[in-house]
Amino acid sequence: MTNQTTINLNINGQTQSLTVEPRVTLLDALRDHLELTGTKKGCDQGQCGACTVHVDGERVLSCLTLAAQVEGRKITTVEGLSGPGGELHPVQAAFLEHDAFQCGYCTPGQIMSAVACIREGHAGSDDEIREYMSGNLCRCGAYPHIVEAVREAAKVMP
Amino acid sequence: MRDFSYLRAGSLDEALRAAAMPATMLLAGGTTLLDLAKCGVSEPEQVVDIIHLKGLDAIRVDAEGAFIGALAKMSHVAADSAIKQQFPAVSESLWQAASAQIRNMATIGGNLLQRTRCAYFRDPATFPACNKRAPGSGCSALEGVNRGHAVLGGSDACIATYPGDLAVALVAFDAVVHLGKRKVAIDDFFLLPGATPHKEHAIKPGEMITAITIPASVAAKRSTYWKVRDRQSYEFAAASAAVGIEFEADGKTVKDLRVALGGVATKPWRARGVEDALKGKTLEPDTVKKASRLAVEGAIAHGANHYKIELAPRVVERAILKMGALA
Repeated sequence: MTNQTTINLNINGQTQSLTVEPRVTLLDALRDHLELTGTKKGCDQGQCGACTVHVDGERVLSCLTLAAQVEGRKITTVEGLSGPGGELHPVQAAFLEHDAFQCGYCTPGQIMSAVACIREGHAGSDDEIREYMSGNLCRCGAYPHIVEAVREAAKVMP
Repeated sequence: MRDFSYLRAGSLDEALRAAAMPATMLLAGGTTLLDLAKCGVSEPEQVVDIIHLKGLDAIRVDAEGAFIGALAKMSHVAADSAIKQQFPAVSESLWQAASAQIRNMATIGGNLLQRTRCAYFRDPATFPACNKRAPGSGCSALEGVNRGHAVLGGSDACIATYPGDLAVALVAFDAVVHLGKRKVAIDDFFLLPGATPHKEHAIKPGEMITAITIPASVAAKRSTYWKVRDRQSYEFAAASAAVGIEFEADGKTVKDLRVALGGVATKPWRARGVEDALKGKTLEPDTVKKASRLAVEGAIAHGANHYKIELAPRVVERAILKMGALA
């Protein structure tokens, strides 16, 4: 039995066509079908935030989003953050500068979440950063440096 | 996750027709349905995507109250300036729930319909018995690990806690759930488990939530949502309270009081006993403490969840005193 559907996704400014089962999540579509492995699979159950991407500019969990649901929406992954010449996004630079990771597995999700957190205006204090970054878990416990990186990036992000 | 067919509904009528079909589930934000599909709890054969439907995500506040479309996102309602001003408990209940990412996905209609976090309910592979999942099969929570389970509104069949926050605020302020043309008072919308814990709400086949309305009131404007949990953020309530107060012209005698509890009951729990005990009184600390005990009248502990009987009245007490102090 084949139950496949062809969808067109707008990812990082490019339209990509893929044929998948309807149950395929955006996360699996990115990683397994489009070779965009920057977005990480942590819990795959909406609890860890490693799979965070932006849809129409808002941060969401790609593991709880069907690929078919976001046809026609603008999707940004961590691969789409850097500038045209490959220069790092201010949040990426801040994560490097402040050593805001250890193993790095949660980092793409942290960065995508932090970009949105700052853009939403929720990086006004360390407490606010902690509250609005709580959907991104870091099992290495790099939280103090993550908070630092978000706080500093907020000062320079346009 | 089992495979299913996917249909993007082109209109509300199409969605409602689909909602009446067997083994079909409506998909909006996906944060509950896809999670439970991965757990093996939800096994739809057909998923009907309604998130793209137009005109169902309005947020309007006027002299009558608030109108919130079923597809409005949690984050958008939480941040709405009129909601924050006229219904602070509603905004607070939303931003203290879930995570920023989930709040950008989950809709208001779906939020009401979120399922319990009972670990037995969520793990059919390990625990086949669950009266909520498989009626008549039994309940592992009654004698099991039940620290998070309900002390109010339970039955011999089920003590699963209703996990949501928003619904607690809505119950306090007499919100109305719109099911297309039919309207149901929110307290009647949620059902007690009794002998049929698989029936959780008043939606009939072929219906869906289209909006909720909340009548304007002085108590709703002077309200808060107080949530206590095992960690400070991104966690379900151990106990929570939505409280709103209206004083008489003297500024200290309670004219109207609304109290509802979360995290301790099988449905969002209106605590009318507390309300009645304090109407006409002034909010002296001892009076409030004594009245707050009435929040857990009839509570039954099942072992590890006994702390909720102590915790819930304290949460109510703090919320009432906090609101009372803001003269």
